[in-house]
Amino acid sequence: MNPLLSLEKRRGFGNSLFAVLATACFFLALIPLISILYATISNGASALNYDFFTKITPPIGGVGGGILNAIEGSLVMVGLASLIGIPIGVFAGAYLAEYPGKLAYYVRLLAEVLTGVPSIVTGIFIYELIVLSLHHFSALSGGIALAVMMIPIVAVSTHESLKLVPSSIREGGLALGLSRSKTLVYILLGAARSGVITGIALAVARVMGETAPLLFTALGSQFMMTSLNDPATSMTLLIYNFGTSPYENAHTLAWGAALILLLTVLGLNVIVRAASRLKMKGGTEQI
Amino acid sequence: MLYEISKGSLASIKAFGIDFLLSSDWIPNPPGGGSAILGALPAMYGSVVTTVLALVLAVPVSLGVALFQTELAPRKMRFPSLFLIEMLAAVPSVVYGLWGLRILIPTMRDYVNPQLKSAFGFLPLFTGSTNGLGMLTAGVILAIMIIPYGSSVMREVIAAVPRSQREASIALGATNWETIRTAVLPFARTGIIAAVVLAMGRAIGETMAVAMVIGNVARISPSLFLPAETIPSVIANEFTEVAGNDIYLAALFELGLILFAIAFIMNLIGRVTITRLSFKVGRESFA
Repeated sequence: MNPLLSLEKRRGFGNSLFAVLATACFFLALIPLISILYATISNGASALNYDFFTKITPPIGGVGGGILNAIEGSLVMVGLASLIGIPIGVFAGAYLAEYPGKLAYYVRLLAEVLTGVPSIVTGIFIYELIVLSLHHFSALSGGIALAVMMIPIVAVSTHESLKLVPSSIREGGLALGLSRSKTLVYILLGAARSGVITGIALAVARVMGETAPLLFTALGSQFMMTSLNDPATSMTLLIYNFGTSPYENAHTLAWGAALILLLTVLGLNVIVRAASRLKMKGGTEQI
Repeated sequence: MLYEISKGSLASIKAFGIDFLLSSDWIPNPPGGGSAILGALPAMYGSVVTTVLALVLAVPVSLGVALFQTELAPRKMRFPSLFLIEMLAAVPSVVYGLWGLRILIPTMRDYVNPQLKSAFGFLPLFTGSTNGLGMLTAGVILAIMIIPYGSSVMREVIAAVPRSQREASIALGATNWETIRTAVLPFARTGIIAAVVLAMGRAIGETMAVAMVIGNVARISPSLFLPAETIPSVIANEFTEVAGNDIYLAALFELGLILFAIAFIMNLIGRVTITRLSFKVGRESFA
């Protein structure tokens, strides 16, 4: 046999093997996604009915009930986190973009490292800082814990989008006699708007799905809250508490809550990415 | 943050000193009354084992996914393939936990574990009961959760390999796989290692999904089938049980401190490496 031919064959085989393996890896990674979606939809859909959205959670082991208090808690705490986290995050990001230098480099690095800090550490941090000094668990401390998580995410994404604004736009603003801060607020943030909003939406989706920072700040509750000082529950806390309990009814509610949560979080992701995809079309190829 | 958590763990650091890291006893409320004996070794052992397991499973798959996305996927498939992997990353961890508890555990118990046991039962790794709750299941869930993260960072560094590098190799007549092996991967090696470090930081801090499937038993055993615990799962499960037991609370804070330090250092190393790398190849930054 011609040795050259066999070498040729071997190289071709190596190449095909690589292609097959890499493609297999990709589809392997999709199996859990499909399984999670299927399980959540098939188990969660049966939980959805009128009571599910209008009643509060039953006591552990009880029958029926809904997740109204969990929906309320999630909305209130994520809302609170957004109120605190978005302005601080956006301005931190603007600072990074406007005043680049050694300090900004380290702040940016710190922000990136903070996004990787385990969320449960944020939880015990807020517990020590706020819960211990106020002597009770509350929706307020839950919201603050989520805000602490949001700030670095929003800051990094704002920084990224501001960096993409051409400097001619900034110079145009300054040439018109606007101060540096007015240029930033009215012109640069306007130009970077879609990127900033994308970052905010992704950060909201991210904290919406967080459980660990709420465990020792909001604690969980079986009732509607009457003020921010009350302990609160959230959809994620409910999934954790009910999902690990031994009762069938609780599991059904947990799957239902998981379905709503997945729809919200994945929905936000889909909308944001589809929107930025549309904008990108025709422009740069980057995603 | 560091200060507050250190403050909280002071009592435990004073009481246990270095023994905290070396002792495998975890007796928060000794039956006879006496003072608590707390050692973090089982939690650290569980964290190390599950993280290593997750990396062993996830790193090859992440690399495969990244290579598929950068080198193989046809142009039309590229966006959908990125999008689906992003969705996997967007699923909240508590939903992974619920899925793990209700879907993955029965699968592991009925199919995977018995198979492993009959094939490799002679190894101490695969002995003991196979009820599904345990380090193996936790490792699998962690692997699934870090694949999207690892693959997205790897994709960035692979995409940053200069075109000329590839073109030179292709011009020499190399096949696709030979180009990747000899020109792309060596160039991207540092970045891929950084991606692994970042994925490791993420795996070690993951709380909810692990807490729901690992079984939560303070024990060091070689078998991957047996329940164990990790640093974040201990904090999540026991934080609400500490009422009045100050030393217990402080010990959990100290665990948080250890976790924070590990995750912080890993993220710092990973981020700094990637930022340096991006300067080296002349691109501004990686988001």
